[in-house]
Order: sequence, then C-alpha cells, then structure tokens
Amino acid sequence: MTAPSARDQAGHGDPAAAQPRLAVRDLRTDLLKPASFDLAAGESIAIQGPSGSGKTLLLRALADLDPNEGEVYLAGRNRMTMPGPAWRRQVGYLPAEPGWWAETVGAHFANWPAALAVARQLEFPGDAKDWPIARLSTGERLRLALVRALMVGPKVLLLDEPTAALDPAAVQAVEALIAAQRRLGLAVLWVTHDAAQARRVADRRLVVNDRQLHEEIGACPAISR
Amino acid sequence: MSSYIALSYWQLAATSVFVLIDAALSVWFGLRVHRGLLFAAVRMVVQLALVGLVLTTLFSVVSLFWTGLVALVMVLVAGYEATQRQARRLSGWWSYGLGTACMMMASIVVTVFALTTALRPSPWYDPRYAIPLLGMILGNCMTGVGLGLSTLTANLANRRASVEAQLMLGTSRQEATAPVTREALRSALMPVINSMAATGVVSLPGMMTGQILGGVPPSEAVKYQILVMFLIAGGTGLGATTAVLGGVYRLTDGRHRLRLDRLAPSKAA
Repeated sequence: MTAPSARDQAGHGDPAAAQPRLAVRDLRTDLLKPASFDLAAGESIAIQGPSGSGKTLLLRALADLDPNEGEVYLAGRNRMTMPGPAWRRQVGYLPAEPGWWAETVGAHFANWPAALAVARQLEFPGDAKDWPIARLSTGERLRLALVRALMVGPKVLLLDEPTAALDPAAVQAVEALIAAQRRLGLAVLWVTHDAAQARRVADRRLVVNDRQLHEEIGACPAISR
Repeated sequence: MSSYIALSYWQLAATSVFVLIDAALSVWFGLRVHRGLLFAAVRMVVQLALVGLVLTTLFSVVSLFWTGLVALVMVLVAGYEATQRQARRLSGWWSYGLGTACMMMASIVVTVFALTTALRPSPWYDPRYAIPLLGMILGNCMTGVGLGLSTLTANLANRRASVEAQLMLGTSRQEATAPVTREALRSALMPVINSMAATGVVSLPGMMTGQILGGVPPSEAVKYQILVMFLIAGGTGLGATTAVLGGVYRLTDGRHRLRLDRLAPSKAA
C-alpha cells in the first residue's frame, strides 16, 4: 500500500517529474497474483515468461480492460480519479491479436495523413488507406495496430509481442519506431519471448511465472521458449 | 355483431382428421415427428379449452384484480419464452429479469394507452378488451425482445476483439458498442416492419379474420387491425429498445470495460 510519493518525492522541483511515469501497487485480478513495479518516463521493461503465465492478463489489467484491484498511478495520479477511456488514452495497449471494426484500413484512423507519416516508417505506402482489413497479413495488422495505438498519443504503451509475425526488416523498423517514441518520453512494457529482443529493446526485465510477477534482474529458468 | 356460426364438438373432431393425416405422413416417411405433432395438438386443445374457461369466468366478473393477475401470468410466461430463445444468456437473474421487466413495462404502457384513449371500454380494465389486446402486443413484444437480446449477446461475444479494440483506444462503451447495439435493435424491429408491410396483401391477420368470421363488417375489422398493428409496433419498439440498452449496460461497466463474464456459459460448451 506504499504510495509512490513516499519513495520518489525526495527530489525537488516539479512533483510530477519526480514521480515514476507508471507506479503499480498490488495490481491483481481473480487470476493474477499481486504485482508491483515502477516504470520511469522513457524507460522500457521487457516482460518475459512462459505461454499462459499471465503476461497478457497483466497488460489487460494495466489497461483496465478486466476487473482488477490494486492501485496504478500515472505520474502520481491514481487511475481511479479519471474515467476508464481517459486512462486508456494515456496507457495504450497493443494486443497480440488486434481487433478491427471497419472494412478498410483508413476507416480506423481519425486523421489518416498524420497516421500515414508514422505508417511510412513501417513501410506502408499512401494507398494503404483503402486496403481492406480482410486482406491484411498478420504482420501488417500488428504494425497498423501499432500506428493506431500511437496516434492516440499515449504516455505508456503496453506491447504484447508486437513483432511476433514480422520479418527481420519489419522487426527492426518497429523497434526503431518505439525507440524514437521513447526518446520523446514514452514508457514501454514490452512482452516478448525473444531474449535477444528483450536485451535490445528494454532497460530491464520482469518475469511472469505462474501468474506471479517477479521483479528481478538476474537469471530465471523460465525465460527461454 | 352476433351473426357468427357456432361450431359443434363433432365438427371440431372431424377437422382433427387433418392432424392425424399429418401424423400418418410422419410415420410413412419416417420423419419421427408424429409424437411431437400429436402431443402439440393435444396440448393446444387443452390449453385453449382452459383459456376459454378462464376467459369466460374472467369476462363475467370484470374485476381489476383478476384481470391484473391474468395479465401478470401472461407477462411472466412471455418472459420465460423470450429467455429460452437466446443462445447466449445473461448470467443470474438478469437473464430472465431484464427481458421480462422490459416486456412488462412496454406492453402495459401500450395496452393501457390504447384502453384509455382509443378504445375506452367501461371500465377501462374490462378484460374482454384488455386481455386479448395485451396478448397480441405481448406476443410480438416477446419476439422483438428475444431477437434483440440474442443478437446483442451473440454479437458482443463474437466481436469482442472489435469492441475491445475501440475501448483500448479510449472510446466510451456507448461508442464502442454502437454498431452492435444498432444491429440488435434492427433485428428486433424487422419482424414488425415486415408484418406491417405484408399485412393485407400476403397475410390476413388472425385477429381481423376472426372478427370477420364473427360477423364484424370488414371495414370495421380493418380499423381494429390498424390500431393493433400500431400498438404492436409501439410495444415492440419500446420493449426491445429498453431490453437491448439494458443488455449493453449490463455487459459493460462503469470503467467502460466489456464484461462478457456476465454472460452465462454457452450451452454448447
């Protein structure tokens, strides 16, 4: 039940700057055991663990998509002080299998020209706007969903294996895009099965095992796939 | 008004030969529906005989209490039927309660409206008007509410990824469920729209046919039928809208999450 301020407000100046970007205290659901950790602005944490261990449950609880308990603070502000949609606009979530609600790519973006500027970095051409969703490959869906999530302008982004179905060039493009966003302050939780990717894209690592989050930096027997 | 031809029991018995012919066909072709068919026929005769008895008594007493009690039983049975037709139901009491409450509200509002403005029998709760009117409105309302709720629950379950994709991007639950809500309402209203459009050309409604057989001039019977169709449209619209919106409310929550955990486990699973 430690409030994030108790640990982090030793510094002076702007109190919001002294807070971690995301502070998680005893976050739990019916299935997920209590999880606590901090995520700083611009930081990236890799989440690893065997399939079915609860990584997706953790991300869904952080995005407040499943009923859950415990406190989560965004720059010191408790999420319960804002409505669910306002929270999700700041804590974005990219699921492993993104959903679509319209026929074409363009219909999923309020501002396509702005989205295209980002999509071009992931090698989409301008006419991608009129592509039917049904014809997209899994990798194209993942990359477009990433663009869609970034267009909302989140402060924290929860990525659930965002490069699982991508070829090496596309993986590199996605990693570069996220790295650029991190330099602008975006904090990232990155679920990945790939230990090499975890080392590339994250500052440190958390391990989920049997629905329990372990905050540790050392070796864990269950990280390799 | 009283130039109808009374039927004798022998005449009814003679007509029942047609049901027996159906049963014989079932045996002949191995359809295996003859038991169900005969059971349904017997059930229909017993139910209608009982209803005839109840209505004869009910009409002779003209009491608000007894009329209300019969109306309540009708609503509760309609609620049960509407619940039975749903593949994916809400969990717990919401399953039966939501549809039934919405039907009760809608059918009572519309029936009382008709009784106090258009028909004005004396007293207004005269069961000879109230009960048949309620029955027709309720029967259609039941179809609408059942269709609306089953479309809603099935589509929310099937299109979970699409609804949640919008929620993840920070849209409200109303906005994220709007396409599914619209589709549920459309399917609830479709039967009423179709039946209004086809009435008089494709089908002669049972009530109007009955009145004409009972000796009412067709031009008068038509007026009654138009009244009843309007009431049915109103009752179905009101009942289905409240039920579908109530379903959306129940299957989402104050944090704008999709709560499919509030659906009962599907029967197939």
